[in-house]
Amino acid sequence: MKPPPFDYVMAETLGEALDLLASLRDEVQPIAGGQSLTPMLSLRVARPGVVLDLQKLGELRGIAPVAGGGLRIGAMTRQVEVLESPLVAEHLPALADAMRLVGHFQTRNRGTLGGSIALGEPAAENPAFALALDAELELRSAGGTRTVPASAFYTGPYMTERADDELLVAITYRPPAHARIGIEEVMQRKGDFALSGLVACIGTDGRGVIDDPRLAWFGMDTRPVRAAAAEAAMRGRQLAELDLAELAELALTDTSPIEDSHGTPEYRLAAGRAIFARLFNRLLA
Amino acid sequence: MSDHDITLTVNGRTVSRRVPARLTLIDFLRGELGLTGTHAGCEHGVCGACTILVDGVAQRSCLQFAVQADGHEIETVEGVSPRDGSLNEVQQALHDGHGLQCGFCSPGIVMTLESLRRAGGDGEAMRAAMSGHLCRCTGYQGIARAIARLAGETTDEVPAHG
Repeated sequence: MKPPPFDYVMAETLGEALDLLASLRDEVQPIAGGQSLTPMLSLRVARPGVVLDLQKLGELRGIAPVAGGGLRIGAMTRQVEVLESPLVAEHLPALADAMRLVGHFQTRNRGTLGGSIALGEPAAENPAFALALDAELELRSAGGTRTVPASAFYTGPYMTERADDELLVAITYRPPAHARIGIEEVMQRKGDFALSGLVACIGTDGRGVIDDPRLAWFGMDTRPVRAAAAEAAMRGRQLAELDLAELAELALTDTSPIEDSHGTPEYRLAAGRAIFARLFNRLLA
Repeated sequence: MSDHDITLTVNGRTVSRRVPARLTLIDFLRGELGLTGTHAGCEHGVCGACTILVDGVAQRSCLQFAVQADGHEIETVEGVSPRDGSLNEVQQALHDGHGLQCGFCSPGIVMTLESLRRAGGDGEAMRAAMSGHLCRCTGYQGIARAIARLAGETTDEVPAHG
């Protein structure tokens, strides 16, 4: 359980970090809070030549409201800071609910929002929450900045659209108007990754008609996935007239749960059915 | 593999060493400084035995590298225990509540609770933070009793056999 040898660089500025990524590309592994990466190094599933530490980059920290409603959060903002933020409590309280499920008190004190989103663990809360909100992910390289929607970011297990020379620098959440947003999951122990998890962000026209439904599963596939069929079935319907049992089955058709030592696909589907009902009953109450 | 000169504060003492990049903070504290009060359990962030304070905040010392602690202030269980061998408030509560048996998980639990005690955390926050500590002896009932006493929720006497 000891990491293999690597070179370590503490980036003093964002420019320096981006220049190093531009020159060494996939030999470099950026480290944010390191709460997932450090064990991956110790288990030797990650073997970078250079570990690039981003913790001094103050410009990547902070939470600010954006015009039109929503929040822009710097990638290096620690999970505890998101959890305790008055701005999050005011503009996007469901994000704090999600953050409460991320790891433990002790890991949230060091882990970052951006690290969790950029890593793309399929059973983690933050990637699925970003997917359900279709968050804007700001990727910066020495050549410039581009914004990728979370819906186009996750391509496979721990695989994302981030290029080797890019850093995720900020995440912008723009919740739809009159949205009901929530998260539910089943896990073995509090703080564990989910066996099955669901984030719902149900935008309405303000009179109970669903006009922007988004559902994102986590722990139910090799990456976080949207439940497109169920979203289509919800669009234009009244909140009060949803057939939840039917909708849950439809939502599960977009998943492909894996088999591992923690559960069979059948178990994960059963858990998904249960949390779907739990989450919708809570959001529609 | 790169080596780095680091200077940090450990339990109020300034320490300077040259460390290889891959040396974890837990191995630095135990192996280089001889501070074996911090326990290495799972070494991948699950068990919580290695929890220490970094700039006053409870963190896993197995989930960071010694080089990353350069310039920071570290506290271990040795640093929060009174030098005369008596127990601090958290340790006394764990003692009184029968919150430990073999003691392997205890240093980490002491550090988490110490950080919350300083921050004015209530019993609920302390109990929630225990999800980050595996204890295989107590079934957590003794720890919960200790927290209730520490948080001022009860002053009940604890039965002699837990």
